[in-house]
Amino acid sequence: MALRILVPIKRVIDYAVKIRVRPDKRGIETANVKMSMNPFDEIAVEEALRLKEKGVAKEVMVVTVGSKACQETLRTALAMGADQAIHVEHDSDVIEPIGVASVLHKISLKHTPNLILLGKQAIDDDCNQTGQMLAGMLKWPQGTFISKVTVDKEKGVEIDRETDSGSESLSLSLPAVLTCDLRLNEPRYAKLQNIMKAKKMEVQKTTPKELGVDMSPRLEIVQVNEPPKREGGVKVKSVDEVVAKIKGA
Amino acid sequence: MFSLKSNGTTIIKRILTTKILFKSYSTSSNVTVTRNDKYSQVTEEDISYFKSILEEGGVITDKDDLRMYNTDWMNKYKGNSKVALRPKTTEQISAILKHCHSRSLAVVPQGGNTGLVGGSVPVFDEVILSLGLMNKIEKVDQSSGVVTCQAGVVLETLDHHLSRFGYTVPVDLGAKGSCQIGGNVSTNAGGIRLLRYGSLHANVLGIEAVLADGTVLDNLSCLRKDNTGYDMKHVFIGSEGSLGVITRVSLLTPPRPTSVNVAMFGCKDFASVLVALQRAKTELGEILSAFEFLDRKSMDKVVAHGKAKDPLSESHDFYFLIETSGSNKDHDKAKLDLFLENILAAEVVSDGVVAENVTQATDIWKVRETIPEALQKAGAVYKYDLSLPLSHFYKIVEVMQDRLGDKATAMGYGHVGDGNVHLNISAPSYSKEIYDIIEPFVYEYVAEQRGSISA
Repeated sequence: MALRILVPIKRVIDYAVKIRVRPDKRGIETANVKMSMNPFDEIAVEEALRLKEKGVAKEVMVVTVGSKACQETLRTALAMGADQAIHVEHDSDVIEPIGVASVLHKISLKHTPNLILLGKQAIDDDCNQTGQMLAGMLKWPQGTFISKVTVDKEKGVEIDRETDSGSESLSLSLPAVLTCDLRLNEPRYAKLQNIMKAKKMEVQKTTPKELGVDMSPRLEIVQVNEPPKREGGVKVKSVDEVVAKIKGA
Repeated sequence: MFSLKSNGTTIIKRILTTKILFKSYSTSSNVTVTRNDKYSQVTEEDISYFKSILEEGGVITDKDDLRMYNTDWMNKYKGNSKVALRPKTTEQISAILKHCHSRSLAVVPQGGNTGLVGGSVPVFDEVILSLGLMNKIEKVDQSSGVVTCQAGVVLETLDHHLSRFGYTVPVDLGAKGSCQIGGNVSTNAGGIRLLRYGSLHANVLGIEAVLADGTVLDNLSCLRKDNTGYDMKHVFIGSEGSLGVITRVSLLTPPRPTSVNVAMFGCKDFASVLVALQRAKTELGEILSAFEFLDRKSMDKVVAHGKAKDPLSESHDFYFLIETSGSNKDHDKAKLDLFLENILAAEVVSDGVVAENVTQATDIWKVRETIPEALQKAGAVYKYDLSLPLSHFYKIVEVMQDRLGDKATAMGYGHVGDGNVHLNISAPSYSKEIYDIIEPFVYEYVAEQRGSISA
């Protein structure tokens, strides 16, 4: 089989951090805040590595679009066991899915993976668009929100995907784009030996310009606000009081 | 509990006597204690008086409601108190103690009731004085990091509050979600960050306490330096409620670190753990904030009782956890990377993992912090909190296991960075036979090494 898997990853504010709105209300405070790999992307990397360990894939490439700081996220993926890392350097606060999908489209044409695994969405913008847009650009079948994947020589890819009403099973032919959901797997820790090895590995570099992609944002964030603070509840002593309160007394 | 300052059989006898006074009349002990009739019993009049000073809900007399106040966290010690009081102010505590003093009613102060040695529950029918509702955080000084709060503030709540100002609590322990700062101070809790921030003696600036006769002792200073008079707060720290009830604390808090790294390693022998400790102190220096140890048997218990997962892919005989805390992510990472490269090259460790995000860091800490819970689920457990010279830190576990044979499992974990080992013996059930194998041998051994039986 020997698949070449491409896993795009994103550097985001760590899942466990309590976020704060910037004083100018144009975004979230990122100064001095802990950043990590998007949790769903971690799951995608983990699944790619498992497919490699099963002998189904022969190579796992990770790619990220962002500033220089994103290199540490690539190193994390390499420390988990990825074989190659590509950094598409783009220094901007705003990176939109359509720009990323366009970049990934060009990267895919250049590096010819036959399976692309993405996280279902990034936890900072919750867009849930990149995988789907990329599949459209490549004209490849897409399986989104997967909770299970097996690769078969004849059938291609068999997936279970999460839906609001339960689990759906689908088959897709290769090459394909899959986006990963929470229950797919539990990502491994980066082992000491691999962390050391990853430090010495070379990261390939390019830019959106080199790839011929226009990253200009199409949306403008006008304002970001915290959700309204939860008000205390009120205890009432009788049903009549409940009715009166509901009626807006 | 009192630490041993000299050796000899007279000291052993004194320790046993002290133990008997505090030991409870329960299935787990082999010592019978009788109630001292110098103390009165609680009457209806007493209850009425308490109800007159406390608000609605402040006096608990229902047997079922009293169960959680009468029983310790380990379910090992069960008291028989008929009343628990929940005051909200220092004045209320003063009135309560004044009354109890005049009536010769024994009182046991209780914080989060997370203690593991039966110190927070009644032995007989002492009035339980719960500090749980004294939970106001009064003031945080933004520039000095000094916080003033009531004794019943839960440690984790205090830490969350401080995070808004850029500070953190100097003491941290597994029970942080339930333990209260007053209890921490009264027991001079050590915790996992003592290595970095020192003990509570170094961080408590002032204390307000109520003495047994109701006198309010206001020693609540927020000054970093004050050499006037006797420094009474140090006597209260660690006095376990025997001198008075701590009602308010002012605490110096360190700046909250913006860069934290957590890693766990496996070693083939204990000597390697000590080598790693030395290297960590030298190479990580000022950013080292915790160095915790656990053995294979502790790891097995944690995994078996489902509290946390083993982060390493293979089993090792000895494990240690390192945490670094600093203000500059790049600087800390560079120091950590060098440390990792060196211990790997020198073959001090067989394997290790480094947390890549906050969730992984929390999960690695869970392995160490949930050992007590896992041992609870495993059956009966005998706990000893010992300070020993590092050369004997793990020997006590090995020697104890030899004595126990296959009757029980001895294991060790804890603050190796401070020379403080938590010796735990896990058995299917409590028995006199096992008890006699452990005591008084463990105390004699510690005394011989000039260690402490209550670290």
